[in-house]
Amino acid sequence: MRTLSPAVKARYFRRQAADLIMSGLCIVAAIIGIIMLALILWMLFSKGLTGLSLDVFTKSMSSTGTGGGLANAIVGSLIQVGIGSMIGAPLGMMVGVYLSEVGKTSPFASVVRFVNDILLSAPSVLIGLFVYQIAVSPFGGFSGIAGALALALLAMPVVARTTEDILRLVPQAYRDGAIALGSRENEVVRKVILPAAFGGILTGILLAVARIAGETAPLIFTSLGNSNWSTDLTKPMASLPIAIYRYAGSPSADLVQLAWTGALLITVGVLLLNVVSRVSLAAVKRGQS
Amino acid sequence: METTAAKSLIGTRKPHLGDTTFHISLYVAGAIVVVVLASILLIMFLGGRQAFETFGVGFIWSTEWNAVTSIYGALPAITGTLITALLAICIAWPIGFGIAFFLTEICPRALRAPLGIAIELLAAIPSIVYGMWGFFVLAPFMAETVQPWLTEVFAWIPPLGDSFFWFSAPPLGVGLMTASLVLAVMILPFIAATTRDVMLSTPQLLKDGAYAMGATRWETLTGVVIPAVRGSLFGAVFLGLGRALGETMAVVFVIGNATRMPDSLYAPSASIASVVANNFPEAETGSIQLAALLGLGFILFVVSFGVLALARLLLRQERMA
Repeated sequence: MRTLSPAVKARYFRRQAADLIMSGLCIVAAIIGIIMLALILWMLFSKGLTGLSLDVFTKSMSSTGTGGGLANAIVGSLIQVGIGSMIGAPLGMMVGVYLSEVGKTSPFASVVRFVNDILLSAPSVLIGLFVYQIAVSPFGGFSGIAGALALALLAMPVVARTTEDILRLVPQAYRDGAIALGSRENEVVRKVILPAAFGGILTGILLAVARIAGETAPLIFTSLGNSNWSTDLTKPMASLPIAIYRYAGSPSADLVQLAWTGALLITVGVLLLNVVSRVSLAAVKRGQS
Repeated sequence: METTAAKSLIGTRKPHLGDTTFHISLYVAGAIVVVVLASILLIMFLGGRQAFETFGVGFIWSTEWNAVTSIYGALPAITGTLITALLAICIAWPIGFGIAFFLTEICPRALRAPLGIAIELLAAIPSIVYGMWGFFVLAPFMAETVQPWLTEVFAWIPPLGDSFFWFSAPPLGVGLMTASLVLAVMILPFIAATTRDVMLSTPQLLKDGAYAMGATRWETLTGVVIPAVRGSLFGAVFLGLGRALGETMAVVFVIGNATRMPDSLYAPSASIASVVANNFPEAETGSIQLAALLGLGFILFVVSFGVLALARLLLRQERMA
């Protein structure tokens, strides 16, 4: 057997050492990052669970500083997120259909795609200020519907993006087949493409719901929050994130406890929505590609 | 992508009401996206015009923000925004890059999917949770342990010592440093997930080739993966930066909310987003204060638009994230 020269051996050793050191650093980085994030989750659960009781779901927020629950905030969040999704999701779907089926690589479609991607990560505080200027200030007051509108604007780009991605996975043969059978273009989309991609689009909508459910900043400028029970869309409306924001800074230990419990509820809700949508999205993608 | 035969058939059809409304409504939806972005820009500018008119272009670099005398300058908020966002990226990027490399090349195959999903889930946690963690856990820890220790360490380094303004203020806990750390933790899963997706987009064949030549994992990363996706890697960083610039809830809890020029990394400060969220409740409709806030919003919009546009251009080939 031929022996390696010392220079070759040294270089081999150097390369292996560099690999070990850099890989080691990356493993350390991964461990630090994951431990850090696990600590946050653990703290959220340990602090949030102690305050979890039936009162949280049945009683309204109290203004006296003790007792009370989050019932009105939970209902307010459900209403605003619900309406926001009902406006934002169909709009986003139409944008997605436009990008994938009609616009494709045309200049206008490229602009829409680019702008949609920017809106996707635009600061949500600006969406809040924007809706304040167009829907709160001119109509003389904060309202639940303005909050829902801000959330709709945040949901739209998310749904548009996932819809386009999913529609691109639908085989071209489906479109050709439908056209060959004499379908109109709108029939191709309505009766063939959308049903085929239904599962994927639905998971995209779930992801958008998860995204807007935790949004706090835009609601400060639109629905403001309300410590009383109110389902009137034209009046200020409570929401979980705003309740958390108000209570976390309060001097009362009871209210801080409620803030933790609220944060736990919202996180669990958002994570559940994410898990459900990701699991079904993976199934959809496996089925189609 | 349509076959030419099918395409030409569509072209010969007579106009049809269903198809026409279908097309128009889709174009309108697409136009709404563009209109929304344009009107955000326009509304911010129009709303902030009063501030730009009153204080001139100097609004951008005036350092005074005083609600009592109604003098508003944007520089303290701009400074706070830039320092926290850039520091956060400097902390989060190396760790996120490490996590991404770990997830794509080092981690045992069976663990890759679950760990990857865990990272993506963490990126979905609402930012107010990170804010609360920063306020109740990190800030006290910084004030009692980390900051006194840093001051002591840097006092021993002669050229830095007392004159080194960064680490020599009273340790309050809330301030620029804590806000940067909270932001870093918040964008970490996001950067890790995006960077991982970018790294995964390298063709497996290229990597196999490198391994077959006897390259180590690190050599494959630096010699094959990084050159192949360099632009997208920067795109991922800019996307994270865009997020850090505009973040409100994670910052407002821990930055200290003092709208003045920071004189140390410990100093309470403010970012554009935190100033807007904090001062908004007392800003009356039509007041110069509201105009100043909208002017700040305009500046934030322009800056984050630039950063996000750059990110999207860099990511465009692969269309990631």
